Amino acid sequence: MLYSIKNFIAHKFLLRELVIKGIKLKYRRSYLGILWSLLEPVLMTAVLTVIFGTLFNNNNPLFPLHILSGRLLYSFFSSATNMSLRAIRSNASMIKKVYVPKYLYVLSSIIYNYLIFLVSLVVLFGLAIILKVYPTWNLLLAWLPLVLLFLLAFGVGMILATIGVFFRDMEYLWSIIMTVIMYASAIFYYPEKILSSQYWWILKYNPLFQIIDMFRKCIMGQTMSMFSLLYASGFTLVTIIVGCAFFIRKQDKFILYI
Amino acid sequence: MEKGDIVVNNVSIKFNLNPEKIDNLKEYVIKKLKGEISYQEFWALKDVSFELKKGERLGILGLNGSGKSTLLKTIAGVYKPTTGTVRKSGLLMPMLELGAGFDMQYTGRENVFLYGSVLGFKRDFMREHYREIVDFSELNEFMNVPLKNYSSGMRARLGFSIATVLKPDILILDEVLSVGDAKFKKKSENKMMELIEGGTTVLFVSHSLSQVQRICNKAMILDHGKMISFGDIDEVSKEYEKIIE
Repeated sequence: MLYSIKNFIAHKFLLRELVIKGIKLKYRRSYLGILWSLLEPVLMTAVLTVIFGTLFNNNNPLFPLHILSGRLLYSFFSSATNMSLRAIRSNASMIKKVYVPKYLYVLSSIIYNYLIFLVSLVVLFGLAIILKVYPTWNLLLAWLPLVLLFLLAFGVGMILATIGVFFRDMEYLWSIIMTVIMYASAIFYYPEKILSSQYWWILKYNPLFQIIDMFRKCIMGQTMSMFSLLYASGFTLVTIIVGCAFFIRKQDKFILYI
Repeated sequence: MEKGDIVVNNVSIKFNLNPEKIDNLKEYVIKKLKGEISYQEFWALKDVSFELKKGERLGILGLNGSGKSTLLKTIAGVYKPTTGTVRKSGLLMPMLELGAGFDMQYTGRENVFLYGSVLGFKRDFMREHYREIVDFSELNEFMNVPLKNYSSGMRARLGFSIATVLKPDILILDEVLSVGDAKFKKKSENKMMELIEGGTTVLFVSHSLSQVQRICNKAMILDHGKMISFGDIDEVSKEYEKIIE
């Protein structure tokens, strides 16, 4: 344990550089730069609001806010886990030549996506003001789902990064799973109808849905449910333990497969 | 343990070679169910032990596939020994497979700072040495060009410059001095000599015996992963000449 902490401190500059590298390479030669990350959720929300608002006869004026909040959290989770899945292989040239604690590549992928996600929350606050949803005391608790989201992505990322080294088709499998998770996270519909149907368990035991739900309640001025908090925290904790244990057990073999 | 010391103790490395490479889940599950997954053991290194004191220069000799690069990678920490231990102290600078761990999308300048952080150096520290690195590599006009547009010689030059300007305690060189033009080769050999006088421990792999003799004071011969000889450069190189005849 002491050794791991020392090792982390010795490589803290690398973690910073890796995060900066991700951001620099993403926005290099793109004129709109970070604006792209803001534009995408706005356009998607507009499209989803029109389609699903009409389809489900949804006249709730706050529906766009519901979609945007769900969409932002989901796309962070989706891009962070996808990037983790490739984290080890895309840094193969470095791993082959010099010793680096390998979890740093996973951690930097998550942090990098998280920073972009935090910036994109600006759009959400903009929309909330337009729709006249003003902050309440509940907003002070919004950090809870946001921290859980980061940790859950890290735990899942560690598992995926390990599998990704050995099995290249995991990328396809994971994109299918992410689509399923998207539909099971109540992003573009209100969850109440499903929660009262026989399929309630799909939403209830989906940790990402619970995190999104907590976050929505914080911005809409409602109290988050205790079950959401406990279940999502428990699930996250288990995922991180499993992810780190799995990664540590297999990491010495990575070099032979990349 | 003084900075620059290396102790290699009974190091063995085992690779599990798949006769056919399985790298996707679908195939793996099918083969696993059929019970068709088998591994072939292959010992790349067997029971290698030696010690180097600060300032010693070890040349590693051997034919292709004898485990030279594997040994260097193990000491650099890229491979973890299956059994045995490697202990080392001080700043270690590996130059494996022609060049450092660079990012091809990144420019030369950015790579200097990235590689510095891989070795645990702050930006400020790298900034102090940046000029010196660029001047030595003679790549001044290419520093803002992405590394993917560099020739392999240019990459090796940049890697070598970073590695030597930072004055490591241990320097690991795998066939590095064989790239670059004759002029740079001469310049880098001089730089090596300067480092050696400063007390840097060097581990060196090259197929050129004369180069090994110029730089190293100790040598070892590896054969199929086993260390068959270790000692002063003169004795060992005589032995090696007999082997390659």
